[in-house]
Amino acid sequence: MTTLKKLLTNPISLVGTLLLIGFILVAALAPILAPPPRPAEPYRIPRSGFKIEPKPPSEDHPFGTTEGQYDIYYAMIWGTRTALRIGLVVTGISVVVGITIGSLAAMSGGWMDEILMRVVDIFMAFPFIVAAMVLATLLGKGLDKVMIAMVAFGWMGYARLIRGDILAVREKEFVTAARAIGANRLRILFRHILPNCIFPVLVQATMQIGSMVIWASTLSFLGVGAPEGYADWGQVISFSRNWIVASGGNPFRYWYTLIYPAGALVLFVLSWNLVGDALRDILDPKLRGRM
Amino acid sequence: MINYIARRILLLPVVLLGLSLVIFTMMQFLTPTQRLTAFISDPTKLRGEAREALIEMHGLNDPLHVQYARWLNNIFHGNLGYSTTVSQPVTHAIATYFPATLELVLFASIPVIFGGIWLGTLAARRHNRLTDHVVRVLAITGWSLPTFVAGLIALAVFYGVLDWFPPGRVSTWALPIIHEMKHYTGMYTIDTLLNGEFGVFLNVLRHLIAPVATLSFVSWALILRITRSSMLETLRQDYITTARSKGLPERTVIRRHARRNALIPVITASGLLMASMIGGQVVVETVFNYKGLGWWATEAARQFDFPAIIGFALFNATLLVIVNLLVDILYVVVDPRIRLS
Repeated sequence: MTTLKKLLTNPISLVGTLLLIGFILVAALAPILAPPPRPAEPYRIPRSGFKIEPKPPSEDHPFGTTEGQYDIYYAMIWGTRTALRIGLVVTGISVVVGITIGSLAAMSGGWMDEILMRVVDIFMAFPFIVAAMVLATLLGKGLDKVMIAMVAFGWMGYARLIRGDILAVREKEFVTAARAIGANRLRILFRHILPNCIFPVLVQATMQIGSMVIWASTLSFLGVGAPEGYADWGQVISFSRNWIVASGGNPFRYWYTLIYPAGALVLFVLSWNLVGDALRDILDPKLRGRM
Repeated sequence: MINYIARRILLLPVVLLGLSLVIFTMMQFLTPTQRLTAFISDPTKLRGEAREALIEMHGLNDPLHVQYARWLNNIFHGNLGYSTTVSQPVTHAIATYFPATLELVLFASIPVIFGGIWLGTLAARRHNRLTDHVVRVLAITGWSLPTFVAGLIALAVFYGVLDWFPPGRVSTWALPIIHEMKHYTGMYTIDTLLNGEFGVFLNVLRHLIAPVATLSFVSWALILRITRSSMLETLRQDYITTARSKGLPERTVIRRHARRNALIPVITASGLLMASMIGGQVVVETVFNYKGLGWWATEAARQFDFPAIIGFALFNATLLVIVNLLVDILYVVVDPRIRLS
């Protein structure tokens, strides 16, 4: 309860929390805010015609249309769902994989610990975006492939973090006490150790959600992610690439093709970063020096 | 210290072997036909019955360990396959495009490292005052702004509004000159100077401004944050109080006593910085149509040019492992607590 109170009294984290709630509302109300013309495929952005040149905001298209007449407003509303889904799913699975491998390493110790940590080192040797891009391409592109690739190279940080914390907590008296009573290892891990070292991991995860959404939209921008016409901010932004420069005389003529989707993406990431930053300060003052 | 360095260097082949295993595993997601493209320079050969024979000939249905050994052997002989996107062998493509990328990263690291350290120190000295807040807001903006959005904005400003230069690595008129001149390093800024082509040199420099600005803007938050927190930590130490109380000027306290120690974590972070720059460079090169490794990799990914992206992954990962090794060694050499133990 105090956590929530602190989150809402600090002006910076309050802004972050409100923004985040706004995005969640938009995602939840997407079918009302932007009714899909084809309910079976809500993520496909409706297009009016096939002309290349973007059209400025009008009554039919409040935010205008981008290259290929895709409706920007629709793409932004449904893109919020895409962003939330990517951020939560990728981070969620990465955390579970990381915690599993990290606890396994810490609880087993010995050669098992050594091997698992070397595997972590090797996966960490890859530059994240390069590895994700390569794996997603090898898997055949598309948003689901991008998500798999991001989990494959995104779990190691959590494994390291939880392993270190478990090793520290394992030697505390209350764990020895539990062992003395005769509790088995799984019970000790789940009831006594994990609850005491899960917070840094959760804080780290909150901070990572924003980055994961950035990376996924980067991959879409590079042409490895979402298929053409899918409601994804990164892709809508990539449509603006040719228009924000080639516009003889007036460079801001097609401003709406970049500002709306890029603004949504930046605010989304900012909201998670602000909330994560605040959570870090509130829940775990020790972590501050370690980042 | 020598022991530690020797052990790290001896471990290098093991890590590289691990890397190759991961990449080889990823390659298994491809069908034998797709993997066959690594050996073929003429795509028409892939049609018809010849394909089965080729798969058989290159042993792509062999047991995995046999394939892995053969693949490693190929790598050691500099054979990474043929990149269809740029119509040349992958090793040639890496040799062609790497200098361009290196040039970009080197130019970007100057403002990132020096600017980051300077601003980080400044923020720590004015802790919780206006300067500190401004610097922190700048850092969080740079951190929240996706590289490709920053790049697009830079493109709109530098090209659309100011009309300084088109994207790319050099203007069209300069291409014949660059083609004619002698190449020493492949980095245009150095080569043009060595050839005495100052006009082309200036043109190359102008093309570098926007990509370098973008890459440094999105990268310096990391160095800045680490310098700031490490400076804050150091400034609280007793020996700083001692230095101040014996009457040393604040400048000397900051520069000689505090910052030198505070920079040790920054060295560790420079490995991370390299990793983030390798990622950033892929995006920046694509946005600015700057023909380096990252541009090539993106084109290759768009066109399913598998040998190219596998070669790219292998090259980048190896590079990063070596950079991290150097950083770790530097860290040991610099930190007297470790050096003397």
